[in-house]
Amino acid sequence: MQSFFSGPELVHYARHLSLPGFGLEAQAKLKAGKVLVVGCGGLGSPLLQYLAAAGVGTIGLIDHDVVDKSNLQRQVLFGMQDLGQPKAHVAAARLEALNPHIELRPYTESLTRENALDLMRDYDVVADGTDNFPTRYLVNDACVLLDKVNVYASVFRFEGQVSVFHFPLPEGRGPNYRDLYPKPPQPGAVPSCAEGGILGVLPGIIGSLQALEVIKVLSGVGEPLAGRLLLFDASDGSSRILKVPRDPENPLTGTHPTQKELIDYPAFCRTPASEDGPAAVLTAQCLSPEAFARWRQEKRSYVLIDVREAYEREISHIGGLLMPAGQILEQADSIPRDIPVVLYCRSGQRSAKVLQRLESQAGFRNLYHLEGGLLAFAREIDPTLPTY
Amino acid sequence: MKVTLHAYGITRDYLGGREVEFEWPGPPTVAGLLASLERQYPPLKGLASLRVAINTEYASPETSIGPGDEIVLIPPVSGG
Repeated sequence: MQSFFSGPELVHYARHLSLPGFGLEAQAKLKAGKVLVVGCGGLGSPLLQYLAAAGVGTIGLIDHDVVDKSNLQRQVLFGMQDLGQPKAHVAAARLEALNPHIELRPYTESLTRENALDLMRDYDVVADGTDNFPTRYLVNDACVLLDKVNVYASVFRFEGQVSVFHFPLPEGRGPNYRDLYPKPPQPGAVPSCAEGGILGVLPGIIGSLQALEVIKVLSGVGEPLAGRLLLFDASDGSSRILKVPRDPENPLTGTHPTQKELIDYPAFCRTPASEDGPAAVLTAQCLSPEAFARWRQEKRSYVLIDVREAYEREISHIGGLLMPAGQILEQADSIPRDIPVVLYCRSGQRSAKVLQRLESQAGFRNLYHLEGGLLAFAREIDPTLPTY
Repeated sequence: MKVTLHAYGITRDYLGGREVEFEWPGPPTVAGLLASLERQYPPLKGLASLRVAINTEYASPETSIGPGDEIVLIPPVSGG
């Protein structure tokens, strides 16, 4: 088996080879292993670095996004020189420098119902580090349909979750995401990282735990978190492991499976398939910064609502009532219905989502949102406005 | 039944803390607990898949809750 590795590789992996219980055999399994990492963000950054460093032979990495300044607080694969570049390409170049003995396959498209099965088919393990519910259900269902192991991790503010789904156990495949969460939450009920905030070091910890699980699954060393959910709370350093049973009602793997193929996930979750993805809002309801400035100048009658978080308002604002996106539905009764209401946020993404939510769930018909948000307003109208 | 709830994720916002004492008059089961919780904290209904673990195990709606049980509330989270 030694000849499976070149001389430089044997040096590269020397500390694994001398590790009792790991050694050449486990290292060879890593080299033969093929992992697809979905999402090169906060979780993907440590996950990819440790998988590449450890010598996982083939690593696919998929992310449709480009590097943004607000990523650098936690996405430690990227630096200032990478701003605006596709994450998958930057990450692949970084990993190539980290370990020249592995094959890297960057994909810059979104993972969708149309391409998921073809993209995932060639891999042994999929590691889900995405940032939204539709893609989490998509990754899960595709893994179950293709019989791939899905190493799952997810973060929120100070907390993380890790588990290994659809892992082969003596009694059959272990539970999957739908056993854990049969139904997606209502849109807006669970804030995304952009809305709810995230402690930068947290995905560093959780993404590293995710890498650990991938390495255990591939190498056969240790006991993966199959049928168990690890909860980590950074605020007090505590962790818990909970046993997850299979749900007989699971539409894929329950006692009477009803789902045999992938479904329309954005519709299933009723939300755009990316936390930063554009929400479709009628053009007539998009108020350009220029148009909004004119409304102000003409002293038209309207109500302005800031849907960001309180801490964001402290940094910068253009007035209006503060009603954070996560709680605005509960405050809907205090929003007027008889005069125009203009919603705004940092970039125009959240305000568009809130607009849709207020229309579909509270029946509003008098809403506008400031296109491009504060960022566009600062760029086009008021350059003195602080941006972040 | 009176228990201490260990809240994770967004349920901390809804309940107002990480550990919250909760007493309810209805049946001492997971379903009874959730029904009372949703009455007192209506935003919980939006979670659809709020899961409850008793001690170290995920519980089903009919699982009964006894005094001293550790109740963990686990909502879905999606961040990455």
